[in-house]
Amino acid sequence: MKKLPSTLFNMVMSLGVITVVAAALLAWANAVTSGPVAEAERQKQIDAIKAVLPTFTNDPLASKWEFVPAGGSEPFSVFPAYDGDSFCGAAVEGYSLNGFSGRVSVMYGFDSDGNVTGYEVLQHAETPGLGAKMQEWFRMDAGHRSVLGRNPGTDAMYVAKDGGAIDGITAATISSRAFLETLRSCYSAFEAYKSDCLKNDADE
Amino acid sequence: MLTYISIIVTAIFVNNIVFAQFLGICPFLGVSKKLSSALGMGAAVTFVMAIATCVTWLIQHLILVPLQLAYMQTIVFILVIAALVQMLEIVIKKIAPVLYQALGVFLPLITTNCAVLGVAILVVQKGFNFGESLVYAVSTAIGFTLALAIFAGIREHLELMDVPDVMRGVPIALICAGILAMAFMGFSGITIG
Amino acid sequence: MNKLRIIYNGLVTENPTFVLLLGMCPTLGTTGSAMTGMSMGLATMGVLICSNAAISAIKSVVPDRVRIPAYIVVIATFVTLLQMFMQAYLPSLNESLGIFIPLIVVNCILLGRAEAYASKHSIVDSLLDGVGIGLGFTVALTLLGTIRELLGGGTIFSLRVFPETYGSLVFVLAPGAFIALGFLIAFINYIRKRSC
Repeated sequence: MKKLPSTLFNMVMSLGVITVVAAALLAWANAVTSGPVAEAERQKQIDAIKAVLPTFTNDPLASKWEFVPAGGSEPFSVFPAYDGDSFCGAAVEGYSLNGFSGRVSVMYGFDSDGNVTGYEVLQHAETPGLGAKMQEWFRMDAGHRSVLGRNPGTDAMYVAKDGGAIDGITAATISSRAFLETLRSCYSAFEAYKSDCLKNDADE
Repeated sequence: MLTYISIIVTAIFVNNIVFAQFLGICPFLGVSKKLSSALGMGAAVTFVMAIATCVTWLIQHLILVPLQLAYMQTIVFILVIAALVQMLEIVIKKIAPVLYQALGVFLPLITTNCAVLGVAILVVQKGFNFGESLVYAVSTAIGFTLALAIFAGIREHLELMDVPDVMRGVPIALICAGILAMAFMGFSGITIG
Repeated sequence: MNKLRIIYNGLVTENPTFVLLLGMCPTLGTTGSAMTGMSMGLATMGVLICSNAAISAIKSVVPDRVRIPAYIVVIATFVTLLQMFMQAYLPSLNESLGIFIPLIVVNCILLGRAEAYASKHSIVDSLLDGVGIGLGFTVALTLLGTIRELLGGGTIFSLRVFPETYGSLVFVLAPGAFIALGFLIAFINYIRKRSC
């Protein structure tokens, strides 16, 4: 086995060839996977919408409506749901940056009156065993944990420590606050959607 | 201003790169036997991390994103960091021989320090702007230096202790690191602004 | 026989985690549960096998003085490929391993094996070395993940062993990672001492 001598030409050539091959390989893989990646993201959103909303017949993704909350930079997404022609609620995807380890993204479902029908935690980096329990905690039928069936318009969606109506996760108040903050912002996005987009329907 | 203070406190204490994010463990275990070398390593990492983060941030936002080559991020960043470390070594040797004597031995070790690449990728993921990225990189490195210095202090004492045979060296060091990590958990949940 | 020896060597004699003490960051960072630990081990193993084989294949056309950058390009290419395919087909796993997937690039095990083994041996041997070392790493990560998951939450691979209330949360958190690994390495030292 003879090694190539380290002349400048050899070094430039071999590195150049390796880099070109690597770049070509990556470009090919990117082309192959970009479709499935987009599809996987879309599927995740559809699954979350199906999980939080009871029944709908339209394609909520197609009628996506965006709302930028006060002080926020990225928009919240409202996915309205219709059963036939009648508006039956919406899924709202929102986030809070005040989680224990940063961003928490949740998809909430509201029925047409604004009652919470379900939620799915989409993304978080909370502590395992503590804040990470939010996916189960706020639907548990114990004490005042559950947010399901509550209406953020009438109920105080704060943790009990802050004078609200919800029992936060034990030892994870900050995660609970972030979760409920997302719920309140999502509800205001939902209300904004109702007053902006549904008013016209009501006038007719 | 408040964002910057919040970034600094979070990066140094709350989300300490070693104790909470598990990055840069190799130098943390390898170069922490003496306090002086721990400080040297910390200074070298601070230096490289600040420059590397600036350069990779500029590359990401001025080259990769406009050309839609974001998928080449990993390969480009690691090459840039490797080249940068080499260049720094040569430049420092020429310009500041004194600094080179202090940091020289640590520079080659930094290429495979995952904290440097980790921070470069993290600032892109977190969507920081240029100023925030620089502040985040420097304070992360300070957090790393702090962890390394405290740990080196403990290990210097451990040398003199009567540790069970099989626990000597890395095992007892890891357990000490665990207890230190517990202490750092006391900072968690602190938010500013 | 000789080929089996190579695998045994990577799995036991030169176990990357317990003997060589390499690749500590993912070892601590991704072993919150047995499942994530094992996935990280397998992901690293995949990249290691490919990069070892590729580096062994190109070793005679790479001049000595540029071999390190060349190896880094090869490793980074495979890591990026892995990242893309995981994003496309295993998005939730990709999310739970997070930044540790791109950071496989700087895992000392990969560059170490490239330099110490693949650049001196045939393609088949290098491939087997990748399998051996990769398995050693996977076994170590799975073991640590299992211990942490069991002590922390009372489950193994999400199967309940004892009620959650008896679990000690600290093992799932950062300090538990250090402590569990420390005791595990001490235990393995103990076994090695007794057997020889």
